[in-house]
Order: sequence, then C-alpha cells, then structure tokens
Amino acid sequence: MKKILFATIVVATALTSCKKDSNTPEYNSTQKGLISVEFDNVVGSADLQLNTGTYTNSSNQAYKVTKLKYFVSNFKFTAADGSIYTVPQDSSYFLLDESVTGKQEAKMRIPEGEYKAVTFTLGVDSLRNTKGVTERTGDLDVTGAASDMYWSWNSGYIFFKFEGTSTAVTGMMAPVFQIHIGGFGGYSTATANNLRTVTLDLSTRGTAKVKASKTAGVAVHTLVDLNKVFTGTNTISLATSSMIHSITAGVPVAANLTGVFSHDHTHN
Amino acid sequence: MHKKQFIILFTFIAGILACNKDVIDAVITFTSPKHFPTPVYNFSNNQITKAKFELGRKLFYDPILSADNTISCGSCHIQTSAFTHHGHTVSHGIKDRLGTRNSPPIMNMAWNTSFMWDGGIVDLDLLPIAPITNHVEMDENMPNVLEKLRKSNIYPGLFKKAFGTETITGNDFLKALSQFMLMCVSANSKYDSVQQNLASFTTEEKTGYTIFTQKCGTCHKEPLFTDFSFRNNGLAPSLVNDLGRYPITNQPSDQYRFKVPSLRNLSFTAPFMHDGRFFTIDAVLDHYSNGMVVLPNLDPSFQQGNQLGIPLTTQEKTALKAFLKTLDDRSFLLNSMLSEQ
Repeated sequence: MKKILFATIVVATALTSCKKDSNTPEYNSTQKGLISVEFDNVVGSADLQLNTGTYTNSSNQAYKVTKLKYFVSNFKFTAADGSIYTVPQDSSYFLLDESVTGKQEAKMRIPEGEYKAVTFTLGVDSLRNTKGVTERTGDLDVTGAASDMYWSWNSGYIFFKFEGTSTAVTGMMAPVFQIHIGGFGGYSTATANNLRTVTLDLSTRGTAKVKASKTAGVAVHTLVDLNKVFTGTNTISLATSSMIHSITAGVPVAANLTGVFSHDHTHN
Repeated sequence: MHKKQFIILFTFIAGILACNKDVIDAVITFTSPKHFPTPVYNFSNNQITKAKFELGRKLFYDPILSADNTISCGSCHIQTSAFTHHGHTVSHGIKDRLGTRNSPPIMNMAWNTSFMWDGGIVDLDLLPIAPITNHVEMDENMPNVLEKLRKSNIYPGLFKKAFGTETITGNDFLKALSQFMLMCVSANSKYDSVQQNLASFTTEEKTGYTIFTQKCGTCHKEPLFTDFSFRNNGLAPSLVNDLGRYPITNQPSDQYRFKVPSLRNLSFTAPFMHDGRFFTIDAVLDHYSNGMVVLPNLDPSFQQGNQLGIPLTTQEKTALKAFLKTLDDRSFLLNSMLSEQ
C-alpha cells in the first residue's frame, strides 16, 4: 500500500511537472496573437439587463438603463518584464454598445508575451478629435457608427453615453436621464478634459498569455459597473443630474469613470 | 466654293464652341483673390473638381437632407441674399420650428477659422452635420441621409462621377458639400476693385473708409471684414438669453460673446446680429453709438475712457454707410455657377 502510494506520488509529480513544462509558453515576440479585452457591463453583482432590469444607485434611486455606449481607445499592454506595447492607433478605437451583440469587446493583435496590465483611454483622444473627416473612419465615422456619439454643435466626440429612466428624475424630461460625457480639452480655448485613462492590473486575477498559436485568442474579462458612475469621487444624484449634455456638466461624472472598470479574470 | 467656305466657317465656330465648353469646365477651380490672405482650408485633402463641386451644389439645394424632405441648405441660405435668410430674424426649419440665431452668410468660407456664431465647429467638412441634425433645422441623422442618397436614382451616379465609386460615404458627402461652400467666394465688390486700383472711392466713400479704419477696422478686419474673434458688443440679452460662445468653452469670459461677422454684402443680409434684432444698418450704427448696455464681458474696445460704445456723428454715419455699400458684391449674388440648376 505504502509502495503503491509512493509510486502514485512519483507518477503524479512527474505528470504535474510534465504539465508544468508544457504549460510554460515560449513567446516569439515577432509573432502576434489575438487578445480581446471584454467589457462586461454590470450593475453591482448583476449582469446589466438593458431596458428591463431595475437597479438602485448609492443615493437609493431606482433606475433602468436604455442605452449604454462608450469609446475605448489607445490600448497599451504592459508585459511581465515591464516593457509596454502600444497598439497602432488606427487599430485602437472601439465604440462599444450594450445593445449590439459583439460590441462589448476590443479585439487586437499584439506581440506574443505575458502581459500584466492593460491601459486604455475612455473616450477619443484630443488629437483624433481635431482630425479631418478622412481620419474618422469605422467606429469614428461621425456620419455612420459614431453619428450619435458626436456633438455636431460643439464639434467633438461623446465619450460615454448612459441613458435610462428613474423615478428620481423630475422636470420636463422626467423620468428620462441622459448622461453624455465628452470634452477633450478644446480646440482654441481650453475646456475641461473629460478623457480618462484606465489601467487595469492583471497580475492578481490572471495575466494574459498571448500566443499566435491560440487562434481563439486570449480574453481579458473586465467588469464595467454602472453603479460606480454614481459614486466614487463624487456622488451623482439622478434627482439633480439627470441631463448632462455639456463638457462642464460632465466633469463630476467623469471623475468617477475610472472606478467603473475592474479586471475580473482572464481566459488564456 | 461657297459651300466649302461655309464648312470651314462652321468647323471654326464648332471649334470655338468646343473650346469654350472646355474653358468653362476648367474654370471650376478655387482661386484665392490677390488681395486676400492665404486660405485656412486645407485644399490638399479636397482638391476642387467640377464633378465634386456640382455634386456639392446639388446636395446643397436638395431637401432630401432634411427629415421630411422639405428643407434644403439653400432654404435658409439664399444666394440672392448672399446665402442668408433675408428678412428672417431667425430661420424656420422643418415643421416651421424656429431656431434662436440668424442664418449666417455662406461666403468666403475658405478663410474662416471657425464656423457658426459661437465657433463651435472648426472644420468646414464637419459643418453640415450641425444643421442637418439640429432638431429645429433639418432634424435628420447622418446615416439616414446617406441611406436616402444611396437609394436615389441619381446620387450613386453623381458620386461615381465625382469620386470614382457609386458607394456613397459620409466623407465624400461632406467633402462635396465643402467644395460648393468653398467656391462661394465674394471678392468682387467696389472695395475689391479699389484695392486692385481698378476703381476709386467717391469723396464720401473715402471719408467713410477713413472712419471705418479708425473705428471699426480692428474687429472687422480687412479684406474679409472680420478678425474671426468672439466679442461681446453690448447687446442687451434677449429673453432667449443666448450665452453665445459660453456653451462651447464653458469659460465665464465667453458669456454673450459672438463671432465678429463679415461686413461684406451688408445690403443683402439684413437683419443683423446673432439673433437678427436689427433690421437696418442705421439700427446697427445707432446701437454702436448709443445703444450698448454694460455687461461683464463687454469688449474693452467699447469702453474707451468714460465713453460707452463708438462715438459717431450723423455725418459720420452717413459716410460710413456709403463706404459699407462698397462692400456689396452683386456678381456674387448673380453668379449662376452658384445657383440651383
């Protein structure tokens, strides 16, 4: 019995070490692999149910969500050795939309390697906001995909659009609330800058091990908690802040937006 | 012999006509008037061609751009009024909805550093999206406009002619509209002729010009007659309480500031000011001489010493008006190239 147990341990150890050996990937940084940063829109511990779910914010105000769209852009990945890979800018703008299947993730190809952090901009950077129409294609097309994510009267992208209804809302538009956050700093006169840079540490909940051979890619699963739009740096009450359509009005909300994102797990 | 001569003559005339046609085709290029500064618009990204210009012109005059296909750009920007909405303090858009601001002229756009009374748009190519999507103007959305154009019988062909493909994109749509607006150059007034030594001012016009350069020319800078700055010129806020540039920059210093408009074609662009509150040039001059109210951001140029506004005698006003008339450019209003075809 003892002998058998010993043998088992030896075999098991051998198997484990074998497995470990095969699981230590060798990265070829000249090759690129697929990575998807998934943005799972949630409220607290519940998955967001557009139009139907009722949620309660920190001010004890019940609300429903009818629209959630936002830009994430300018992705950078920090490798285990500390080196940073910046995704080419033209492949680095994503307009996410809760109402459209497949529009809750940002897919990119980055060099093979183990990555311990991901950094991105919530919004469209100031430089791109000043570019001509030929450099506003795909998700940035203000006559197409981004037509409702653009302030035509004060030329600039809306970074984060969050709309719904709440019994807490009063006034002419009640029960509708519309929170539109934009403002890249201004063309000629400096305005508030509501762009936010988000860095998510992947080291505690799973680094991303990117390999070209993984044809399905690796997925960094992040949670986007809408309740945190209302809390964090500033408490946002739907009773007083139900219509946000300007740069300055968006400042207190923008201050909360980095806290909305967290890393949950990684599929390697 | 007689027949032969006739044939030769006929061939010659046909040749001239053909030539003429070519000349007309080639004429559609943008030329900056000699006495104008360098245009601001980046033409290298949107070279003017006949087909693109004509497509832009067709779009400009086509009500298909509005939600209920009733209002075109040309509805509120009428050529015979230097592309303004003559006689309207503010314009009515679809379903007779009223806006809050006076329709500005489409004129010398290539030199504008920003657009609209508040300068909220800095790229001409992006400008049309604002009136097209504005609830009280055309109330459309861009994807829908493009869809309507794609489904039309004529536009895919016109886009192919202009851009080489029947696939209608927003970029090409916007660039074509820009081409039309860029070609709306007004630089053929008497003032322009005087600048080029082709004409001379009358004594009164000359007096007016002197007064103008002393008292108006800083903001209404020659030869475009605006310095494109934003200023508060002491208009009492109306019930609308339009805060001007403030919503664009959210800077308290920009409250009640509006873009300095050009003075070209004043005879055809009444009413005046951002909300069209003054119906005549006389009313405007009276405002500057003794109608201003003091607001926190009143432009310093109107507060010299203890004087509020610009001191102007009746004689000075008469001379000024004579000079301002020399900025009228009837050829611009009558240029058939810019008219609905």
